[in-house]
Amino acid sequence: MEFFRNFPFFSIMIAMFCGIVSSAVSGKSARRISLAMVTGVLVLSACTLVYVGDMGESVTYLMGHFPAPWGNEIRFGTLEAFLALYFSIIMLLSVLGGWSHVITDVEAGKENLFYVLIDMMMSSLLAMIYTNDLFTGYVFVEINTIAACGMIMIRQNGHGIVAAIRYMVMSLIGSGLFLIGLSLLYDITGHLLMVPAHEAIETVVAEGTYRVPLLVIISLMSVGMAIKSGLYPFHSWIPETYGYATPTASAVLSSLVSKGYIILLIKIFYRVIGMDVIVSSHILNALFIFGIVAMVMGSLHAIMQTDCRKMIAYSSVAQIGYIYMGIGLGTKAGMVAAIFHILTHAATKSLLFISAVGLYEVSDGRTDYNGLRNAAYRNRIAGIAFSVGALSMVGFPMLSGFISKYLFATAALERPHKMLLTLLALIISTVLNAVYFLRQVVTIYSGRPGESSSTSNFIKEAISESTFSNRFASIALILLNLFLGLFSEVVIELISRGLEIFA
Amino acid sequence: MSRIRDNYENSRAAKFEAWLRGDYDPMSEGMEISVPKTDGSDDEIDPRAGLVISDALYDRHTNKALKRSGYVYRVLSVVLCLVMISVLLWMVQFLPKFGQPDNPANNEVSARYIEKGVEETGAVNFVTGMILDYRAFDTFGESCVLFIATICVQILLRIDKDDMTPATFRRRKESETDRLLEPKNDIILQRVSVVLVPFLFIFGIYIILNGHLSPGGGFSGGAVIGAGLILYLCSFGYKQTERFFTIRTFRIVSLVALITYCLAKSYSFYTGANHLESHIPLGTPGNILSSGLILVLNICVGSVVACTMYAFYTLFRKGDF
Repeated sequence: MEFFRNFPFFSIMIAMFCGIVSSAVSGKSARRISLAMVTGVLVLSACTLVYVGDMGESVTYLMGHFPAPWGNEIRFGTLEAFLALYFSIIMLLSVLGGWSHVITDVEAGKENLFYVLIDMMMSSLLAMIYTNDLFTGYVFVEINTIAACGMIMIRQNGHGIVAAIRYMVMSLIGSGLFLIGLSLLYDITGHLLMVPAHEAIETVVAEGTYRVPLLVIISLMSVGMAIKSGLYPFHSWIPETYGYATPTASAVLSSLVSKGYIILLIKIFYRVIGMDVIVSSHILNALFIFGIVAMVMGSLHAIMQTDCRKMIAYSSVAQIGYIYMGIGLGTKAGMVAAIFHILTHAATKSLLFISAVGLYEVSDGRTDYNGLRNAAYRNRIAGIAFSVGALSMVGFPMLSGFISKYLFATAALERPHKMLLTLLALIISTVLNAVYFLRQVVTIYSGRPGESSSTSNFIKEAISESTFSNRFASIALILLNLFLGLFSEVVIELISRGLEIFA
Repeated sequence: MSRIRDNYENSRAAKFEAWLRGDYDPMSEGMEISVPKTDGSDDEIDPRAGLVISDALYDRHTNKALKRSGYVYRVLSVVLCLVMISVLLWMVQFLPKFGQPDNPANNEVSARYIEKGVEETGAVNFVTGMILDYRAFDTFGESCVLFIATICVQILLRIDKDDMTPATFRRRKESETDRLLEPKNDIILQRVSVVLVPFLFIFGIYIILNGHLSPGGGFSGGAVIGAGLILYLCSFGYKQTERFFTIRTFRIVSLVALITYCLAKSYSFYTGANHLESHIPLGTPGNILSSGLILVLNICVGSVVACTMYAFYTLFRKGDF
């Protein structure tokens, strides 16, 4: 059992090792290595979760021979282990659901490079979840950014390149702001490890020195991470990026990459700066307002889209808004709701992207919203999966989206001066969500069952191509959604227990 | 009555009803997806034309919305930059003064790196000791940043030999004649590089091997070797260079270097975290063979950096090795 404490370190290293090895093998083997690696990480994270389960404190693990202020460290408790487990499940299902499209979307001979990016992405997500060192966090933010960029542009049509450039510019601005914040933080604390840095900040706050730099640091880091995760005014890269990438990349980017940055930001809030300092700095109010605006504006943009994938992408803007709104409430309940919504959004968005793939496959590859007419009859599982995802986003009871909205609403009741705004935004956003998602659901089910827009021969071909693993991934993600919706108490309990030992 | 009906067809209510039925699309004028031309007369059709969506979307002259938002963007970005600059400049006055002994950054962390660095890591060069022993995980991350950057450049620029689509064929033809505009077999360049390149290689190797003894290390030494390779390539061309450095060499060297780094450091982290004896001798500080894993790691980092520099150069120039 004591051996289990090595598992987070193993999972990071295995992911990186597989990435390095995959660069020298064929595309097919790279895919197998990648799937095996993600499965391995899944098992290791599950073991870690069992190990830290009832320990009541987080475990600090040295990365090297030197303790806290000198050497690198990782640290894990219930929340970290659970997030790693959950992210690896989503990663596995996204890769399974879209691999047949990777073969067609990626140039011949470069398929293995895509899986190198997947492996590196996984390692960087794990490192961001587990790290207890600010600079390690930054290094893996860089790896994450470059890997995401490669994933977007690997589908080399004009749009992919433009989207990648846009993503790169925005994302590097975000990293740059974060790095400036990091260096300033080092200047006033002299530490890069999170726990010693927190102690230094406590003395700084108690003595009242460096009040202005601290404020600037908090805002630079928050804005940097907000840009990278696509909060509303900085969302311009999202629709193109998610809309034109290969399906696996879209699912991974929307459900995991932006979430990794939010987790790192929450970690900095809790473990480095301290939540009371953050609350008194009023940066949370800014995040709250931007979150509220994102919830409404993202949904409005989504209504105006004709391309189904861009619609899903704009819906991500709104959902990121929900998460920042929850963080912005500044209470523990708000944070629990935000983290729960991270889980909800990861499960639902990957479900939507993966099932949407199943729908295009049987619609001549058309992605505009009229082209999908009747598609649900041609690929029933994808149709059901898309409907479940859409209902979950709208907030249908029994599905995870409902629980998130419920948690946000109850969390808002604790904050009287933010309550009205939150509830109003929730209502408006839910109605707008319903408008565009249900419109799409109605479209894919409208028309007579036998009617089709393309030749039946093509459909037969497409259905035989529409892989077993895509259907499997869709069903698994539906089940994950139902699990979050029906057994939410277990998950909420886990999150709130994890948050207590997170700081 | 008929007039009213005409109006009804153009009214919002009718459009809304049609939209609900799915017949009318309010965005149809703004649709971006264009059907690719398939008249067959033009044999230079891009093979991916079916995927490429009309250029008009990004053309400022046709897309008025883009033009307008372009102006707004420029003004806003200038304003934003000015605000950022002034905030940061204003904040600088509240930071600790530069170079004072009682600054927060001068604490027990750097003190231990300096005082005990030689004893604990075996490296006379504190910086190397710090990046390759105290904080080796970060440095491994940094080498992986380089690795993944080459992967991305390969995705973007590499041309595969068995890819016979017209677009890549054209690009390959361009790359074959890439020496048209550059000096071919320039005698001055060749004579100079005959003298210079061996020194560059030796100097690079010296910097790498002495990384733990004197200023230098894998990153800087690798850059020098990479520069030497590029100079050799410029003066003698691909044929000569490929006698000793091909894509195969590149793959093997960077793979072996990264795997060695990964395994060596994993072992070291594992023993460190579990408080086991690592059995890696630190040697006498000052000797070439000293400081445990640092020498090995420096060689690994150096090879990765040299290969990365050379790979960037040839990928950008030719899309191939």
